[in-house]
Amino acid sequence: MELIIQFGVIAFLLLLGLVFGRAAEQRHFRELKQKELILREVLVFSEKHPPADQEFRSANLVVGSVVIAEDYFKRIAASLKSLVGGRLTAYESLMDRGRREAIIRMKQAAREAGASMIFNVRIETARLSESDSNRQALFAAEFIAYGTALVPATRP
Amino acid sequence: MEISNLDSIPGKAITRHLGLVQGSTVRSKHVGKDIFAGLKNIVGGELKAYTELLNESRAEATERMLAQARAVGANAVVNVRFATSNIASGAAEVMAYGTAVVVQ
Repeated sequence: MELIIQFGVIAFLLLLGLVFGRAAEQRHFRELKQKELILREVLVFSEKHPPADQEFRSANLVVGSVVIAEDYFKRIAASLKSLVGGRLTAYESLMDRGRREAIIRMKQAAREAGASMIFNVRIETARLSESDSNRQALFAAEFIAYGTALVPATRP
Repeated sequence: MEISNLDSIPGKAITRHLGLVQGSTVRSKHVGKDIFAGLKNIVGGELKAYTELLNESRAEATERMLAQARAVGANAVVNVRFATSNIASGAAEVMAYGTAVVVQ
C-alpha cells in the first residue's frame, strides 16, 4: 500500500512537471523570440577591440543574469537517458533558455544606457545546488552575460 | 568612475596602472525563499528570488571593488571579470575583479 502511494506521488509530480514545465518552456521560447526581435539593433561582439574609426561617448559595464531550474519531469527523463548516454535534450533546451535570457537582459541594460554595441561579451554558467545529502536536491544554474556597452558619440 | 571589461576605456588613454582590485560577497537566501524555490523546482522555470539575490550580490561585489579602486586613487577599472561559486549548501560567493587605472 505504501509503495503504491509512493509511486502515486512520483507519477503526480512527473505529470505536474510535464504539463506545467512544458507549457512554461514553450511560453518562454515565444517570449525570447519576441524580445530578441525587439533588441536586434543592439550589436553584440565577443571581440575585445572596438572599431578605431568610431568615437564613443562612454563605456559602461552591463550585466544580465538569470537563474533557471529544471522541472521534475526533466530530471527523471535526463536521469533515465543518462543510463544509455547520448544527447540530453531536456537539459539542452534548459541551457539554451538560460543563456538567451541572460543575453537579452544584458542587451536591455545596454539599451537603457543608450548604447548601440556591446563588446567583449563573456557568458558564464555557475551551478547552484543544495547539499547532496538532501534527496530533493535543487538543481539550478545561473547564467551571466556581461560586456562593455559603448554609447556612440553621435546618435545615428 | 568608469567600469569596463575591455583592455582600456575607448577614446581615453591610460596614464597609470594601480594594480588589481577586487570585491566579493557571500550570501544565502532566507528560509522562506528557499522553500518556495523547492516548490518551484517541480515545475521548473526561472527562480526569480535567486536571480534577485545574485544580482544584489553582484552589485555589492562591484561596489566593494569600486571602493577599493577609489581608495588607491583610480578613476576607472578596466578588464573587469565576474565569478560565481557555490561554496556551501545554499550560499554563493560572487566576486568582481579588475585592474584599477587612471585615465585622462
